[in-house]
Amino acid sequence: MTRKKLTRRQFIAATALSSAALVTAPYVRGAHAAGKLSIGFWDHWVPGANKASTDIVNEWAEKEKVEVTIDYIPSQGNKNLLTIAAEAQAKSGHDILAMPTWWPHAQAELLEPMNDVVEGLIKQNGEVNGTVQYLGKAGNKWLGVPACVGSQIKGPCSRIDLMKQHAGIDVQAMYPAGSAPKADGWTTDTFLKAAEACHKGGVPFGIGLGETSDSVDTVGAFFLAFGAEVVDAKGNVVVKNDNVRQALEYYKKLMAFLPSDAPSWDDGSNNRWLVSGRGALIMNPPSAWAVAKRDAPQIAEQCWTHGFPVGPKGRFAPFLPYFWSVWSFSKNKEAAKSVLTRLSQPDAVEKMVAASGGYDLPAFEKLTTFKTWAEEGPPKGTLYHYPNPHKHQLLSISASPAPPKVAQQIYTQATLTKMCVRFYRGEPMEKTLAWAEGELEGFMRS
Amino acid sequence: MADVAIERNAAPRTARKRASLRTALKRKSTAAFLMTLPLILLILLLVIYPAFYSLHLATLNKSMQRFIGLGNFQFLFKRETFWLVVEQSCIFAITAVFFKALIGFIVAHFVHNIPAKGQRKWRGMLLVPWVIPPAMSTLAWLWLFDPSYSAFNYLLAGVGVDRIPWTGETGWARFSVILVNIWFGAPFFMIMYLASLKSVPDQLYEAAAIDGANWWQRIWYVTLPMMRNIIAITTLFSVIVTFANFDIVRILTAGGPLDRTHVFATWAFRIGIEGGDIPLGASVSLFMVPILAIAAVFILRDINKRGNES
Repeated sequence: MTRKKLTRRQFIAATALSSAALVTAPYVRGAHAAGKLSIGFWDHWVPGANKASTDIVNEWAEKEKVEVTIDYIPSQGNKNLLTIAAEAQAKSGHDILAMPTWWPHAQAELLEPMNDVVEGLIKQNGEVNGTVQYLGKAGNKWLGVPACVGSQIKGPCSRIDLMKQHAGIDVQAMYPAGSAPKADGWTTDTFLKAAEACHKGGVPFGIGLGETSDSVDTVGAFFLAFGAEVVDAKGNVVVKNDNVRQALEYYKKLMAFLPSDAPSWDDGSNNRWLVSGRGALIMNPPSAWAVAKRDAPQIAEQCWTHGFPVGPKGRFAPFLPYFWSVWSFSKNKEAAKSVLTRLSQPDAVEKMVAASGGYDLPAFEKLTTFKTWAEEGPPKGTLYHYPNPHKHQLLSISASPAPPKVAQQIYTQATLTKMCVRFYRGEPMEKTLAWAEGELEGFMRS
Repeated sequence: MADVAIERNAAPRTARKRASLRTALKRKSTAAFLMTLPLILLILLLVIYPAFYSLHLATLNKSMQRFIGLGNFQFLFKRETFWLVVEQSCIFAITAVFFKALIGFIVAHFVHNIPAKGQRKWRGMLLVPWVIPPAMSTLAWLWLFDPSYSAFNYLLAGVGVDRIPWTGETGWARFSVILVNIWFGAPFFMIMYLASLKSVPDQLYEAAAIDGANWWQRIWYVTLPMMRNIIAITTLFSVIVTFANFDIVRILTAGGPLDRTHVFATWAFRIGIEGGDIPLGASVSLFMVPILAIAAVFILRDINKRGNES
């Protein structure tokens, strides 16, 4: 058997010829001449909502000649967080990845600055709220483009009938559809009295005290309403202060009127509480109302989404934004920036808001008055105040203004709810504060 | 010329090499190695590499840019919550394994005493909890324990008993996660013990009966010594698996209330993935490795010694 051997000279000649052929070959613009782009979007709760973003991206891809692949990554089981962690470790993965709340800061060193995109969008669509700046910006670097999809306010969703019957409060009059709120009397004290009345009436407020996001967001908004900071913006542990004591005392009173099993509630418990008709109020985006619309229409007809009560230091509502971030190791940053700009145009945002039934919230101030929120129902106008159109409450996030990497630990470990539960169960105030101080000092690791 | 000389010598050497390769391939050990090679590669890729990688991660600072040696462990040792998790993991693993072994032992005896004809049905039915993926069965338990709509509480209310906050109170939450773990793991013990019981020669029981041994003496002096190795191995295996449990606790309580049901894996996930502190999470998950490794060495050495004696 003979075997033909390739000599060194032949090999070099073949390599040189093929290289020359490749270099001198004419550039042919194909269907995907502008390269490839892979996107990891958040997988929406609302059935069919993903389609809106897919359509917008596909339309853009066709025009720009980019080959796009989209993965919808669910947040159930923290699949999206696992994906973020894995891609950050591997330094490989999607070009664009949807990151919730704390994650742009957690991966700040690995993200492409998006200043050119976001600054342009701010000029076009108006300012973004303080929480978006706090979570999306490290120094002067924008870590991602504030995403409409997945961003939400977790405000009160009240039962119109039960609040009238037991607490004597007309939530529709307080937050009328189509006009500014008349909610000066909606204070933390009124809220407490209403909680007591509804508890007595057998329809307690459904506020969780567990370790998941809904419980943490609500307690965070109340803490801010009392000016109760546990770690200040400079990263100093300041938990032993009178505002925190006041907030804990308030929560202790409130907890007496909440369901006794509230410390074990997860993010689904409050939804079930509302849909089953057992409670007069929950703190949630309109997803619970949307489920009620499908499964218990008679309850949905009585739901009204509105603002938080005002406390001694202001009126705060939990806002949880998503960001579309581009990895610094992305292979097609220009295309990524281009598609994110397209996704943030008012017409695209309006489509996504409509597809989500009003759940998704744009971060830009000029984009909070789409007709979806005014028209969704029943009852018509139930979502009018959901996007905070009259800016009567400050959009905030629990554990702020602590530096985001510290606040993320406070938030994830549910330190604030744990403080409330410990104090409520009879632990002396100073012992609770000392415990919290120890925990918070542990979060200062760098 | 030199080239020619080399060519002449090369041929026999290649032939010799081929022959030795053929001989090596014919060896049983080589064949065995080649057949297990895919599995070895899988283990290297999915077990050994992640294990060493997590060791590496555990030596980094929070932002993973600096080597800090055992700094993460030093930090953990000063945390109150960490020692709470250590305590809970021990309570969880020891209690669950003890009851799994006890229930498995008792049920194995019952099944062993069922006539051979009907035994297969019982064996199959009793294995059901173990063959259902735990994440799925725990979801069913979660609904049974649901704080507001618990089926158990509904039944209790029917007989006039106050509702129980299954996952809302510290003590009940601990009880619930241990109960589900026992429910899931007891069939494994049962089947292992049953296999072991079947291998105990009947003559030993006959001899014991002739000597006048009662029921308890037969268990203590015949059954248990004959089952010692299997008890040791199943206990060791179960302790390791129970210490590393994640799904049951994660689904049922997610570590709450007030962190009182966290075990190593769930707390590591909370810190590492949800909290974004991967090095600290890796350190938490690695904490038990040396302790379990030492326990494994002692137990396996004991089993080996008994094997040699017999």
